[in-house]
Amino acid sequence: MAERIRVNLRDIINNEDRLAPGHRLCAGCAEPTVVRQILHAIDEPVVIATATGCMEVSTTVYPFTAWRTPWVHSAFENAATTISGVEAAYKALQRAGKIPEDQVIKFLAIGGDGASYDIGFQFISGALERGHKFVYVCLNNEAYMNTGIQRSGATPRGAHTTTSPVGEVIQGKTQWRKPFTKIMAAHDIPYVAQTSPHNYRDLMMKAKKAFAADGPAVLNVLAPCPRGWRHGSDETMSVAKLAADTCYWPLYEVENGGDGHIATTVNYKPREKLPVSEWFKTQGRFRHLFRPANAGLLEEIQAKIDQEWEQLLKDEACSAQ
Amino acid sequence: MVALKPTPSKYMPLDGANSVSQAMRQIDPDVVAAYPITPQTAVVQNFSQYVADGIVHTEFVPVESEHAAMSACVGASAAGARVMTATSANGLALMWEMLYIASGMRLPIVLTVVNRALSSPLNIHCDHSDSMGARDSGWIQLYAETGQEAYDNTLQAMRIAEHPDLLTPVMSCQDGFITGHGVERVGLLPDDVVKEFVGCYSPKASLLDVDNPTTMGAWDFTDYYFEHKRQQSEAINNAMPIIEAVSDEYAKLSGRPQPILDMYGMDDAEYVIVVLSSTAGTSRAVARELRAKGQKVGVLKPRVFRPFPSAQIAEALKGRKAVAVLDRAISFGAPQGMGPLFTEITSALYNEGVSGLKIVNYIYGLGGRDTLPAHIESAYADLEQVSDAGDGGRKVRYLGLREA
Repeated sequence: MAERIRVNLRDIINNEDRLAPGHRLCAGCAEPTVVRQILHAIDEPVVIATATGCMEVSTTVYPFTAWRTPWVHSAFENAATTISGVEAAYKALQRAGKIPEDQVIKFLAIGGDGASYDIGFQFISGALERGHKFVYVCLNNEAYMNTGIQRSGATPRGAHTTTSPVGEVIQGKTQWRKPFTKIMAAHDIPYVAQTSPHNYRDLMMKAKKAFAADGPAVLNVLAPCPRGWRHGSDETMSVAKLAADTCYWPLYEVENGGDGHIATTVNYKPREKLPVSEWFKTQGRFRHLFRPANAGLLEEIQAKIDQEWEQLLKDEACSAQ
Repeated sequence: MVALKPTPSKYMPLDGANSVSQAMRQIDPDVVAAYPITPQTAVVQNFSQYVADGIVHTEFVPVESEHAAMSACVGASAAGARVMTATSANGLALMWEMLYIASGMRLPIVLTVVNRALSSPLNIHCDHSDSMGARDSGWIQLYAETGQEAYDNTLQAMRIAEHPDLLTPVMSCQDGFITGHGVERVGLLPDDVVKEFVGCYSPKASLLDVDNPTTMGAWDFTDYYFEHKRQQSEAINNAMPIIEAVSDEYAKLSGRPQPILDMYGMDDAEYVIVVLSSTAGTSRAVARELRAKGQKVGVLKPRVFRPFPSAQIAEALKGRKAVAVLDRAISFGAPQGMGPLFTEITSALYNEGVSGLKIVNYIYGLGGRDTLPAHIESAYADLEQVSDAGDGGRKVRYLGLREA
C-alpha cells in the first residue's frame, strides 16, 4: 500500500492561497474550498484549465482575476483537452530548451459535473487515453448550477431540478446517476479517487497522490450547492459529511501501480451507516421523496445505495488479496 | 534578414497535402494536434512520420476529434507554443466553436484546410463550403491554386499569424483531391532558409511563465466584450499591410511572386473571371487560348479572402465590360442563392464607389463536380451577352449542373 502522506494544517495556514478571496461564488459554495484544498496539497507551480461554469465565471470577471497561478478557460466541454495542449507545449518547449529541464510544472483541469459527466465526457476520456500528465477534478454539485439548476448525468435519481421537476406524474429525475468514478477508473490510469471537502485530510491526501502519479489522475469531489440543493449556506460541510456517513458518496480510491495490480481502497467506513433518508432530509431538492406515495421510490434508492456500497467493499476485499 | 537574391528551391514531385507536411517539417512547430479526415489525412499522416523519425521536435497530440484538435491547439498556443493543425469539411464544422475562441483569444495558430464539401449529403470531394462557412470566424484566410502555393502560403501563414501587431490565426486552404492529392512539381526552400524566415516565436505572455501568472480566456461582461471585439476587428482589418510585407519578403526570398491578387490578362481584359484556388488554373488556360484568338479576357484570382482585399478588387474590376465571379459554395438564402465571393465583391464595389459594373455569379464544382475548360469558355461567352444585353435579372448561374 502507498505510504502515508501527511497533511499539515500549519503549512496550509502559512501558504498563500492561489485562489484569492474576493471571487463571486455564492456564500456556502463548496467549490472554492475544494480548489483551495487541492492547491494547498502541492508546492509546485501549477497551470489550471477550467471549463465554463460557476468556478470560471465567478473567478475571472474581466478585468479582475482571483487566480494567483496561470489559468486558462477556452470552452465548456474541453478543459481536459485544453490542459493536454498546455502539457504538450511544456514537453515540446522543454525539448527545445526554452524551459529548463528541471522546471517542474503541474497541470490541473477543473470542470463541473455537467462538463465532466456529460458534454466533456469524450474529451476527458481522450486525454486520459493519451496519457497526459495532469489531474482532472470534477467539482460535482450534481446539476447544471451555473445555468440555474438543470439535471445532469450526475444528478441522483429522485432529485428535483428545473429540467427534472417534480410534477403530478413525475417525481424528479427518473434515471440513476452515471457511475463516473468507476468509468474513469476503467481507463486504467494511475490514480482515480472520490472525495469530499468536509474531510480535508482525505481530499488533500488524494490531491497529493493525484499530482504525484506518473500519468493522468482523476478526482471526483462532492461539492454541495446551497442554491441548487436547497440547504443553508452554513450547512455545506455537514451536508457533505452526511453524504459520506450514509454511503451515498463513499470516499475511495483506485490505484493502478502499473504492474497489473489495481487496488481499490475505501478510505472512510462510517461506524454506523445511516439511512440515505437522513441525507435527503437536509436538502429541499429531495423533499417530495418523503410524501407517502414516494415511499417505494425511497426504498428503491436505498437498495441501490446499499448494493453499490456492498460492491465497493467487495472490490476492496478482492484487490487486497 | 532578406536574401539579396532568391534562394534556389529544390524541386520534387509532391501532392498538395504533402507539400504542406513538408512546410510543417521545416517550420518544426512545438505542438501539432490533429484528427484524421479525408482528404486532409495525408497532411498529418506524413507529419506523424516526421515525428516518429525524430526529424522534428514537435509534440504530436493525436486527439479524439477535431473539436479536441482545436481545443488542444488553443491550450498549447496559450502556453506559448508554435502550433499547427489541419482539417477538412465536417472536421472544420466540428471545430466551429473553437475557431472563434482561438481568434478571440488572439492565438496565432496555423490551420491547413484541405477544402471539401460539407454534409449533407455526405461527399468527400472538393468545394469551399467548409472554409467559406468559417469566413466570419475571425481567421485570416489564404487560398492556394497549386501545391506550390499551398507550401508557400503555409510558410507565410506562420509569420503573418505571429506578427505582434496581428496575433490572429490563419487558415491556409487548398482544394481537396484536385490540389491535395494531385502530384505536381513543387519547389522547397532549403530547411535553414525556412528556419530563418519563420524565426522564433516569443509571445508576450504564456501560461508556462509561472513566475508571471496570467489569466487567459476570462469572462467578459457587457462592460468589456464589445470593445474587445472591436479591437479584434481592427486587427484583422489592418492585417493587409502585414500580409503584403510578409509576402514581399517571401517573394524576394523564393523568387516566386506572392501577389494578393493574381492577375492574368488584366492589362486590357474586357471580360474577367474572378475565381479562387485550383479553378484559376483552368480559367487561365482557357483565357490564354481565347487571348491567342484575339479575345480580351482575363482572370483575377484573390489569394487572400480574409481580410477581404476590397479596394484592390474594386480597382481591378472597375471599367471592365463584364465580370463573372465563380463560387464553389452557396451562401444559402442569399439573394438568388449567391456565393460568398460574389456577395463580398458586389459589396466591395458598392463600398468603393464603383457603380454600373455588369457582374454575374456562377456556382460551380460543388461536391467535386469537374469544372472543364468548356465550362469556363461558356462563362466567357455569356459575359459578352451580359455586356451587350444585361443579365436579364439572372445574377446567379451554374456551371456543369444538370438541370431537367
